[in-house]
Amino acid sequence: MKINLKYRSKRVFLYVLIIIILFFTLAPFLWTIISSISTNQELLSAPIHIIPQNPTFERYKGIFTSTDTKMVAFKRGIINSSIIACGVTVLCLVIGTFAGYAFARLNFPRKNMTLQVFLFTNMIPPIVIIIAIYFIFSKLKLLDSVFSLIFLYSSFILPFIIWMMRSYFLTIPKDLEEAAMIDGCTRIGALFRIMIPLSTPGLVANGILAFLMSWEEFLFALILTTDKAKTITVAIAEFTGKQYVDYGMMATGGVVGAIVPVLITLIFGKYIIKGLTSGAVKG
Amino acid sequence: MKTSSMSQKKLALILVIPAVVVIFGIVIYPLLNALYQSFFNTNLAYPLLTKFIWLQNYLSVFKDIYFWKSLYNTVYFTIISMVLELIFGFIVALVLNEKFFMKWLVRTLIIIPWAIPPVVNATVWKWIANSEYGSLNSILKSLGIIKEYRIWLSDPFWSMMIIILADVWKYTPLVAIMLLAALQTIPEDLYEAAKIDGANSFRRTISITIPLIKPTIIVVLILRTFEAFKVFDLVFVMTRGGPAFKTTVVSYFTYLETFSQLNIGRGSAIAYIIVIFMSILSYLYIRSMKDNIN
Repeated sequence: MKINLKYRSKRVFLYVLIIIILFFTLAPFLWTIISSISTNQELLSAPIHIIPQNPTFERYKGIFTSTDTKMVAFKRGIINSSIIACGVTVLCLVIGTFAGYAFARLNFPRKNMTLQVFLFTNMIPPIVIIIAIYFIFSKLKLLDSVFSLIFLYSSFILPFIIWMMRSYFLTIPKDLEEAAMIDGCTRIGALFRIMIPLSTPGLVANGILAFLMSWEEFLFALILTTDKAKTITVAIAEFTGKQYVDYGMMATGGVVGAIVPVLITLIFGKYIIKGLTSGAVKG
Repeated sequence: MKTSSMSQKKLALILVIPAVVVIFGIVIYPLLNALYQSFFNTNLAYPLLTKFIWLQNYLSVFKDIYFWKSLYNTVYFTIISMVLELIFGFIVALVLNEKFFMKWLVRTLIIIPWAIPPVVNATVWKWIANSEYGSLNSILKSLGIIKEYRIWLSDPFWSMMIIILADVWKYTPLVAIMLLAALQTIPEDLYEAAKIDGANSFRRTISITIPLIKPTIIVVLILRTFEAFKVFDLVFVMTRGGPAFKTTVVSYFTYLETFSQLNIGRGSAIAYIIVIFMSILSYLYIRSMKDNIN
């Protein structure tokens, strides 16, 4: 009887804790969604309304129809960020898979040193190199270009992808590959027929991480773009500026900027969790 | 055998070269260029006066009280957010390690904040902490915790705390997931044995769980420190370094020096001081990690 009571109170405590955790996890973003569909009148009244009385989707429609310069920039930001994120994902997966394979399976001079330098570059705060990058890009006329951002982001994300793919390849038994090579496959053939198919979960996880990292990048985009290559994050930051504050658009911009990464995470959650933890736990 | 190792080298070269070009071209060259710049007094407002000035940029940065303030703010941000993320992350990981109803759903929902871009995260919390129409004031007042609406983001203490809160909100899920992965590697028998020996659950956490997940805690500490030193987006969107310099972190300070004062030489010197600082930090971390594993 005593044990039963103790067990029960423990369960109650657990569920209370889960509810608290879920509240703090979800409330801030839910509140942003609610604000984005509330009328301005409701937003600017205190105390707050938790359920909007007259929900409106005008702001979302406005993104596609409005001719206001900020809204046009925002629409372009969505397109630019999509192109950049897809480009970075493809580039990083192709280059990262090859390099990751070489680091996992092949012997070549200065292998460890190269890997260490790659990881070191991952540690450098972007602000350190952005000054020089700005001047180099402006000399080469590469400012405000979607393509320069794709290469730039890839240089930051690649070390991480290489490291993760290397860890993934290391978990695949060598025998499988060797068996294929004895059966007459070349090393490259074995890479494409055995290693890459077997590491699909790793590729998916890394592809998603590369996509998310380039989608959310802000500092480089802020400094290196002025107009036609502006990304979604820069456009959102402009909604929060000091002179012009439109709380409703600020919330709407936030929801639109977050919806793609959130959906991707909800759909591929399992892969992402595996990807994140396998790298960290094994070191 | 020799030919095969030769071809292996060639193949490795072909596979690694693209990565080397992209990474070295865009990271290493600018890094060296910044070092070069840091010895000149380049200021875009006076481009003709540029000359080599040895270490004067570095000396002037070391004498600048605002540089030390920004470094202090960064360290403050890093330590508090990291400690909170570890504590909350540990609690969430312990909860997720239990069996309960709809666990898969809770586990999926919990990583949502991690997926939200930092700029959006900043926007979300800027709106919540808004002094006139924000939900934070509204909720705290109706609960009777505060009597008057507060101007959170202009308050010398609370402005930094709200930034930390936003960071903790975004990264606690990541920390929790990493810690959870470590918790799941601990064999159940260890707990059973400790139970038989009469250890209560608090005692079991302290003497079994924490020592066994220590390597993961260290990895989390390292990852979060480096990320925390990069923090820029939150400050840029939420406070622009104010009020009275209280939330100016080193990356924002460097940004101001370079892109609003146009003081390229000095900005590069600050950047290099950050690199040196990070290198020392990573050296210390790696050493402590080795000590721990041995």
